Amino acid sequence: MNKKSIEKMKAAHKVLAEYRYEPAKVERGYAGRTLYVNVGDNAIAARPVDERMKRTFTGGRGFDLWLLWQAVNEGTKWDSPENEVVISTGPLGGTTTYPGAGKSIAVAISPLTGIVIDSNVGGYFGPLLKFAGWDAIEVQGIADEEVIVYVDGDEGLVRIIATPEEAIDSYRLPEQILALFAGDSPEEKCAVSSVTSGPGAQYVLMGCLNFSFYDVRRGFPRLKQAGRGGIGTVLRHKRVKALVVKRSGVRGDSNAPADWERIGRAGTKMHKEIHDQDPIMFDMRGDGTSHLTKIMNDYDILPVHNFQYGTHPGAQAIYHTEFRKYFDVGIPDGCWYGCTLACAKCVERFEPRTGPFAGQTVPVDGPEYETVAGIGANCGIWDPHAILEANFYCDAYGIDTISFGTALAFAMECYEAGVLNEERTGGLELHFGNADAMLELLHQMGRGEGFGLVAGQGIRRMKKRFAEEYGADPAFLQDIGMECKGLEYSEYVTKESLAQQGGYGMANKGPQHDEAWLIFMDAVNNQIPTFEDKAEALHYFPMWRTWFGLNGLCKLPWNDVEPADNKTAYPPEEAAKVPEHVRNYVDLFVGVTGREDVREPADLIRMSEKVYNFQRVFNLKMGQGTREHDAIPYRSMGPVTVAEYESRADRYDRQLRELVGYDPEGQTTEEKMAALRAYREEQYEKLLDAVYERRGWTRDGIPTLETLRTLEIDFPDVVELVQSRMVG
Amino acid sequence: MKVLQFDPALCVGARECERVCALTWFKEQDREKSAIRIEEEGGGYTMIACTQCGECIDVCPTQAIRRDKRGIVRIDKKLCVGCLSCVGFCPYLAMFFHPDYVEPFKCVSCGKCVEVCPSGALEIADVPDAPLTETEKRLQEQRARAEA
Repeated sequence: MNKKSIEKMKAAHKVLAEYRYEPAKVERGYAGRTLYVNVGDNAIAARPVDERMKRTFTGGRGFDLWLLWQAVNEGTKWDSPENEVVISTGPLGGTTTYPGAGKSIAVAISPLTGIVIDSNVGGYFGPLLKFAGWDAIEVQGIADEEVIVYVDGDEGLVRIIATPEEAIDSYRLPEQILALFAGDSPEEKCAVSSVTSGPGAQYVLMGCLNFSFYDVRRGFPRLKQAGRGGIGTVLRHKRVKALVVKRSGVRGDSNAPADWERIGRAGTKMHKEIHDQDPIMFDMRGDGTSHLTKIMNDYDILPVHNFQYGTHPGAQAIYHTEFRKYFDVGIPDGCWYGCTLACAKCVERFEPRTGPFAGQTVPVDGPEYETVAGIGANCGIWDPHAILEANFYCDAYGIDTISFGTALAFAMECYEAGVLNEERTGGLELHFGNADAMLELLHQMGRGEGFGLVAGQGIRRMKKRFAEEYGADPAFLQDIGMECKGLEYSEYVTKESLAQQGGYGMANKGPQHDEAWLIFMDAVNNQIPTFEDKAEALHYFPMWRTWFGLNGLCKLPWNDVEPADNKTAYPPEEAAKVPEHVRNYVDLFVGVTGREDVREPADLIRMSEKVYNFQRVFNLKMGQGTREHDAIPYRSMGPVTVAEYESRADRYDRQLRELVGYDPEGQTTEEKMAALRAYREEQYEKLLDAVYERRGWTRDGIPTLETLRTLEIDFPDVVELVQSRMVG
Repeated sequence: MKVLQFDPALCVGARECERVCALTWFKEQDREKSAIRIEEEGGGYTMIACTQCGECIDVCPTQAIRRDKRGIVRIDKKLCVGCLSCVGFCPYLAMFFHPDYVEPFKCVSCGKCVEVCPSGALEIADVPDAPLTETEKRLQEQRARAEA
């Protein structure tokens, strides 16, 4: 990037709107106001955050939902001007002292699902936004021309700037933004963070957001993704190239905690624990989440060939040991200051073999487990270089690696089953394992061409198209299409874990594992055998995990490292909660906010219940949010095909005998499959009944008025909405 | 590089070192603000103080921790964001946190404690330089590239 091109970009800038403000002082984790920007009519305004908003919604995802709720109506679609991209960290976000305390949560009405999507992400944007004086930013409207929204917390300035010359891709644009808005020193570059997407997000519905953070040692901006649900697509539809925030001078007390000593002690204890425990547990510092591939393969839960199987001999080729050869480790890899778990791995010098950056040396952020499992195992691509290349281009084009991997796996199975062929894919041979076809499909998405446009619509729309246009059997497509609510599954095989089937099926936004991950508790360790046990777990863990998203926290330092005595000090079902870490979070919350009414873990769960139930009602507002929308594809419950059944025939035959009371002897595979299916589908319905009851919902999955009252979210419009749906 | 050395056979537990350290750097007589700590162990004493090994250099997210020309590992408070990663990651537990301050602190081999030790248990010794950290190797490469 030369100076001349930056000067040219600057010269083409046109300020469309400007708003000046007195930078607020953060107090006890809150800036006390949110920023509203409408790129359609160029309105910019500050909105107050009052005590009730804090008590009801806490922050982060809670604030996002409350702002979005007021912005949209029941008829709002993802591309309606009133739809918003809302981003907030949370009261603990920006804490430097405790690992994993710099997360942001982005929400919007999703192009894939039509309901709220929430996606959590690292990078510096959320904390810097707060320190610039804003607890959240909501971006509404559709711009007439390409713009950047620039928030300068040093100057007290918000601008909507027409920016015709800058790149759109998230490889070049974050670097250009630093050249345009930051100074030359590493400290000045650390003070600027951007949210960008990419050209692919303009053409597909699974567009992601890239949040940047400047890496002082490597000398370039790194990226973390708010991948799920197409928020990047919404941002690009608004013609927003980037959201940029600038705030200099981050310090240990920038978040103005009420009790610095309390969070300082919790933080230093946690750093020490990671120092001691991480090397002998998961080595997140060495491999990031890529170490999970081996574990999932070992336990038969790694998705292989569109979730047909859970293990594959080829998987060894994409274990962490292979990616370690590419990673540069030994220096900080936290996506916010103080994250010593440091899972954000980086390949500093990578040479793509295809696409617009072929032959150049580019950095790759990742790959994380989900990318390895989704684009690798699930598509039968046992090639680390191809996975890295796809990772790079997904980020650069602004495409979610999870939806891309799962959607491609579905298309590949359709190809293998004859639903698709070369003519229908425009010449792409979408056999499992075809890395070249995978990359070409990705480039098509980036260019807005060919079958890339079809696959980029996601599985739900592909199913409809293949049935209507190619006469494919809709029931088969429904069984193998791994989506729920319109969102593609993240990368875990759930066939043997009823609780995790529910964890995916009942997740508010669609099947993403950040709400519940119960496979080990349920299927491996058998710690939650009864429906009551599973319902309790499907209450506690989704609420607990929601809490991270209210506060600007990452979930990984909660249970991807544990105190040395965790498993000996507590019975297994308690150990799964990592009680010492839960106490750390009480310390952290009270230490930052100074709230005296928060004393114990149950008080944290209570915060989540308010927001979680509000989000469920939000789904209702958007025309979903009932039992029928928690239905899941049979592939996530059991074997759809004869080959699947027969690959685990001993297991299934035994279950038929022991659980179903059905003698498999002398029966055909099809007959056994039907008996197993009837049993498993019934189990799932029973699970929904148990969980709904535990959560205080009706049998149709709607929070009761009593639940809304107890949680103090019985706002008049909420009550009216719920009542109307119950009657209807 | 100059590193504080301790002879357990000579220490009598007077803790004058702790007193003068806190006084020198924080103007207070508070052991919790001393960068050298004398601990009782097995009937005798051990010392906790920075060995200038430099492991914290690779942990600091902002490169606020660097080695000076004398080989002493120092914290640039202007760059420190108070994450305290270095406190948890010091292999000798010799990087300290005190709730009165946002930044951590450590021994910089100033030698004040050596002067006041009544039993001669402390000395500043010249020891071979520590191996370069990953961060220092990168800085060296960057300098070489810039010069080239």
